[in-house]
Amino acid sequence: MKNIVRALGAILMLLGLFVVTAVPARAQAQLNGAGATFPYPIYSKWFDEYHKMHPDIQINYQSIGSGGGIRQLLERTVDFGASDGPMTDEQLRQAKTPILHFPTVLGADVPTYNIPGVNAELNFTPDALVGIFLGRITKWNDPAITRENPSVTLPAQDIVVVHRSDGSGTTYIWTDYLSKVSTEWQTKVGKGTSVQWPVGLGGKGNEGVTGVVKQTPGAMGYVELIYAIQNKLPYGRVKNAAGVFVKADLNSVTEAAQGAAANMPDDFRVSITNAPGKGSYPISSFTWLLIPQQITAADKGKVLVDFLKWMVGDGQKFATALAYAPLPKAVVAKEEKAIARIKY
Amino acid sequence: MPAGLGARFQPRFFEANYWISLTPMNEQIATQPPEIVALSAPPSLLSSSWTRRIRMGDLVARGITFLAALSVLVITVALAWELYKGSVPSIKEFGWKFITQKTWDPVFLSFGSITFLFGTLITSVIALLLAVPVGIGAAIFLAELAPRAISSALTFVIELLAAVPSVIYGLLGIFVLVPFMREHGGASLKAALGFLPIFSGPNYGVGVLTAGIVLAVMIVPFIISISREVLLAVPREQREASMALGATHWETTWHVAMVYARSGIFGSIFLALARALGETMAVTMVIGNTPQISASLFAPGYTMAAVIANEFTEATGDLYLSALVEIGLLLFVMTMIINALARLLIWSTVRKQGAAA
Repeated sequence: MKNIVRALGAILMLLGLFVVTAVPARAQAQLNGAGATFPYPIYSKWFDEYHKMHPDIQINYQSIGSGGGIRQLLERTVDFGASDGPMTDEQLRQAKTPILHFPTVLGADVPTYNIPGVNAELNFTPDALVGIFLGRITKWNDPAITRENPSVTLPAQDIVVVHRSDGSGTTYIWTDYLSKVSTEWQTKVGKGTSVQWPVGLGGKGNEGVTGVVKQTPGAMGYVELIYAIQNKLPYGRVKNAAGVFVKADLNSVTEAAQGAAANMPDDFRVSITNAPGKGSYPISSFTWLLIPQQITAADKGKVLVDFLKWMVGDGQKFATALAYAPLPKAVVAKEEKAIARIKY
Repeated sequence: MPAGLGARFQPRFFEANYWISLTPMNEQIATQPPEIVALSAPPSLLSSSWTRRIRMGDLVARGITFLAALSVLVITVALAWELYKGSVPSIKEFGWKFITQKTWDPVFLSFGSITFLFGTLITSVIALLLAVPVGIGAAIFLAELAPRAISSALTFVIELLAAVPSVIYGLLGIFVLVPFMREHGGASLKAALGFLPIFSGPNYGVGVLTAGIVLAVMIVPFIISISREVLLAVPREQREASMALGATHWETTWHVAMVYARSGIFGSIFLALARALGETMAVTMVIGNTPQISASLFAPGYTMAAVIANEFTEATGDLYLSALVEIGLLLFVMTMIINALARLLIWSTVRKQGAAA
């Protein structure tokens, strides 16, 4: 009998503990978001840092892919979405309340390759990239490639094109660029997170593409700049709209955004591939947070607005450490104005 | 039995073993305590409260097990219905063209699945061709020929293999098998048999053949593990009778034990096939993910499960999503047809066996 009483007491005390710990948890403001995988490292860093500064605010983010993020936002199962490509007009029409785009950081795609005996950084013209990915240029010693690389001896090796097999923002940026520089690409293939590739092998994820490129002599693929930097992959320069061969790095990517900022539309839905400016890297892109303009829960609205203000301000300083290019000042100023349009 | 066998395979598995388990069940009944045998006596012979309690117990047990069985059916029907509902826009838009058309173009929204159907079938067939002889050979060795110590050690290793996650097989595939196929395996096949259309064209290392080999490695443990169990369950009397008639050890194994266990072994092969058809991760990492139909086994391909996994997360637009769901529906239907054929085959062999006996 005594034992039973003691056991009951212990259970009651445990229950009491749960009640005590549950109370502050309920008072927390919790936000849920979902979307793009590409910015996941910086987003989780931001949400973590923001939680440290405001212990009562918890922002959860699931990196389920841009398409999934847009779907969940349209169904309002999350408070905000995130995408590597802007939403289409049709998708925006489906939304119950208008949805605003906020650029957060920048990313870029780089051409990576594996040519036996060649360690040099190759120069690629837009025509060469289009030709290779359309399957028209099939050898590494094709004049379209050798002309711009006079100091490198390129072998008569077959080019094996490698692309992403999974739908991804990386593919969106790459095909968006190819569509801009070639009408043939635009009409035959087009742009999207997945496309019907004229040639090549598909690798799953950046690591899949890298794996196939590294192992296949003569292979050429595209990966995210961050992935190439972190894994020390060799990658080439690309000729930009001003006619300069530019190597992708954080500066040249931010410069591309600066070049595009002058013509930035008010809804921020802009592609900055093939951007003007001598130092601009041409295969760059924003990645966006997608926020409903009208937020019904007032506390959530306030948290989101405060977070966005911090993100375009102090938050940007975390970007470079994680190899993301930060937003240019002109874009930040424009975004600060747009944040004021959120109603709650 | 290896871990992770899906619930949907269980009925078939048990049925395949039903014939084998008959004998031990009869023995059990003979040794059961007399009180339970008394149940079959008319109720008037027992006190009414006693029978009621037993009957209640029976009823509850029957109810619970019935619900368990029903849940499987409900899940299957709900799955089929949801898949159908999700694919309606795509079915309306493309009709039969969805099965016959080769194009898969998410940008211009034109979808056909024949290339994925082909890829799924061809990789599974390659896997079975490689895995069945190895699997059954190993099972015979482990069940009939190997010393007990070796047999149990090997069985442990095999069951370990069955539990390895598929992504690990995929990684091994991409880092070990793909270079091997490009430099040695595929290259020597090409040198010796390159005149055959199935070994023509460039050999990248990734492709249909490599995917089939990875799949074979993944399904072999299933075939070995289940076939071995089935062979071990062959009653001693059967073997002794065969030996008494002057058969050698091998003749007994091949003509008596194998025949007795045939339906169970078929069961193991179809379970393995079901796994091969649905395998996603390991295949997508080594197949090259190119939707095309090529005679060459070196050519890259694409499977149904792989395209769903690859494109679902980023798919926007109702028609695109619906086309992916319809591929899921087709995969479901294909698995169902293959299961039905498997049952037919098991049923016909069992009947023939019965007629012969």
